Amino acid sequence: MITGIPFEILFAIGFVILAPFIGAFIVGIDRKVTARKQGRVGPPVLQPLYDIFKLFEKEKVVVTNEVNFYILSHLIFVVFTGALFFSGGDILLVIFALTLAHVFLILGAYAAVSPYSHVGAGRELLQLMAVEPMLIIAAAGFYMVTESFAVKDIVLSPGLPVMTIPLIFVGIVFVLTIKLRKSPFDLATSHHAHQELVEGLTTEFAGPTLGMVEIAHLYETVFLLGIVWLFFASASMPWIGVLAVIIVYFLEILVDNTTTRVRWQVMLRSAWLVALVAGAVNLGVLALM
Amino acid sequence: MSYITKSPWVIHYDGSSCNGCDIEVLACLTPLYDLERFGIVNTGNPKHADVFLITGGINEQSRAVVKNTYDQMPDPKVVVAVGICAATGGVFRECYNIMGGVNEVIPVDVYVPGCAARPESIIDGVVRALGILEEKRAKMAENGGDKK
Repeated sequence: MITGIPFEILFAIGFVILAPFIGAFIVGIDRKVTARKQGRVGPPVLQPLYDIFKLFEKEKVVVTNEVNFYILSHLIFVVFTGALFFSGGDILLVIFALTLAHVFLILGAYAAVSPYSHVGAGRELLQLMAVEPMLIIAAAGFYMVTESFAVKDIVLSPGLPVMTIPLIFVGIVFVLTIKLRKSPFDLATSHHAHQELVEGLTTEFAGPTLGMVEIAHLYETVFLLGIVWLFFASASMPWIGVLAVIIVYFLEILVDNTTTRVRWQVMLRSAWLVALVAGAVNLGVLALM
Repeated sequence: MSYITKSPWVIHYDGSSCNGCDIEVLACLTPLYDLERFGIVNTGNPKHADVFLITGGINEQSRAVVKNTYDQMPDPKVVVAVGICAATGGVFRECYNIMGGVNEVIPVDVYVPGCAARPESIIDGVVRALGILEEKRAKMAENGGDKK
């Protein structure tokens, strides 16, 4: 049972220590599956870890010193977001902490004076705008099901939340593509080679600075999949959630490999439309029941 | 234990070539040769890159670009000159605007011969460059993170 303060701290510490490795494993599997889909052998599963260790072997090159401060703050707040989530904290605070983390990343990109990173930062702002309504609606949905914003209470409540808020789950899976930086919504920066913005948001980050961005991305991946798990949260049968997470992630890889990048207008409109339809219908039905 | 040889990120620049070696460099990334299985990623961004793959000779216009790209790459870094034009200027060396090979502007670590260079020899050249990259990293670590 997830009760008492020691357990909460244990979960938070567990997240801080294990999440980068779990995240690296997930991203590694992602790259392997992507390669197999394209008829290639693909890199080793531990490649994301090699990449990050390598980045810390490189020279520290930074455009302005503020960049390091912003990127470190980004990493700290992403870790804080995940630790708060996995320790059963308030889901609204989790969402705001995540937004703050991304604001730091955007400030970092703006501080590095370069047209590419400026356009990338602008697009990251748009991605933030596109995602935010759906996240808030999801928090409201969880509240209407379990009458609590605390992740701990949502997990311990009887029944699977997804049975009552299926449309909100669909909406979250939609914005997950934006959050995971996957095609067709990889506007700000992309893991794949070459795009029209060089590397967009991360163009001016080199060596250890880029390493911190990558580590933050691993933490964020685990945290976002944690939100997917929360829809199937059940204290007695946690494996249902794990199965759902695996299916959702493979769906993301499929979408990543079969779509091309869209313009920001399409991303913003479709994300808000999904949030409006899924949120209004699902919350409306719940309110009438 | 060094990780730089397990994850060399490449930037590719075409100086003043006939485009033949370019196509061969890109062929290395296709499913047949699949450079990514060695952890090699084509970044297109000098600040993320460890290996500078350069094809074609250097002319008056590309000189500043090559120098700038090289300077933006964080240490340790290696330069691989792909094809005969990148080595000496090749068939273009007598042209009025050609300065010669890549080593006229920046220090080259590995020369890959051929016109056009075969994907197999490009991969071989990059793998040789990784040895030099590791040496440079070790030297950098000895000097406490400073180059040279």
